[in-house]
Amino acid sequence: MTEGLKLRVDRRDGLAVIYTEGYINNQGGEEIARAAYSLLDEGYRRLLLNLTGTKIINSIGISILIEIIEKMLEIDGRLAFCELTPTIEKTFHIMGLAQYASIHPDESAALALLRP
Amino acid sequence: MTERVPMREVTLVLPMAPDMELVASQAASALAHFVGMPADRVDEVRMAVVEACINAFEHSHAPDRRVDITFLVWGDGEPERLEVHVHDAGVGFSPADVEDPRIENKIRDSRKRGWGLKIIQGLMDEVRIQSGTRGTTVIMSKRRGGGIRES
Repeated sequence: MTEGLKLRVDRRDGLAVIYTEGYINNQGGEEIARAAYSLLDEGYRRLLLNLTGTKIINSIGISILIEIIEKMLEIDGRLAFCELTPTIEKTFHIMGLAQYASIHPDESAALALLRP
Repeated sequence: MTERVPMREVTLVLPMAPDMELVASQAASALAHFVGMPADRVDEVRMAVVEACINAFEHSHAPDRRVDITFLVWGDGEPERLEVHVHDAGVGFSPADVEDPRIENKIRDSRKRGWGLKIIQGLMDEVRIQSGTRGTTVIMSKRRGGGIRES
């Protein structure tokens, strides 16, 4: 019924930004995880998930994001989110994700915190 | 006593199939707009309905593999509140036995799921669950909200 989630990765000095477009469900979450783990294999330890193109997400997709957060904690990396819709941001706060991954209104604010 | 009649009633029957929750979310969005909710509250209803559908898809074990969704618009003269019933004819469960998920536990737990009810309760104004051997109905409602009604 829906096209799969589209991802774009932008590698910068010492950090990488993953841009999402579309619904983050279980398949979408798995795609993000694959991209994130691939970046970790390349040596990136600071990741930003820019959800500007995502207007809806479900709890299965968010559970996979929690797996990524766990992985980042294990390797002493940093994960941040930006450009969330108010509802997605509220949902992340309901779940407590903000305790483990910072949430920023826009990319420049996130990058200012993430940059090595 | 006067019997109350909803201003609008819409029913959907969805198969338990991939992405069908998005069909429910589109209907939820249309009805929430009709009630006059601001965009953020519309989105919150959409997400809660998606979660209720996914819970039914994943946990109900309903033999008919379908979910019945009823949207009721309530109001006195103008729409004031949207109520959504998400029903499955599955095995039922005891809401009191559902563990409240906590991120500090989930972050190191192999099972990271189980957030649906918490999200629904956090996004909607009121949530009730009726569950038994004839299945489960999640009844949730949200008021139009403050501010001026959108045209």
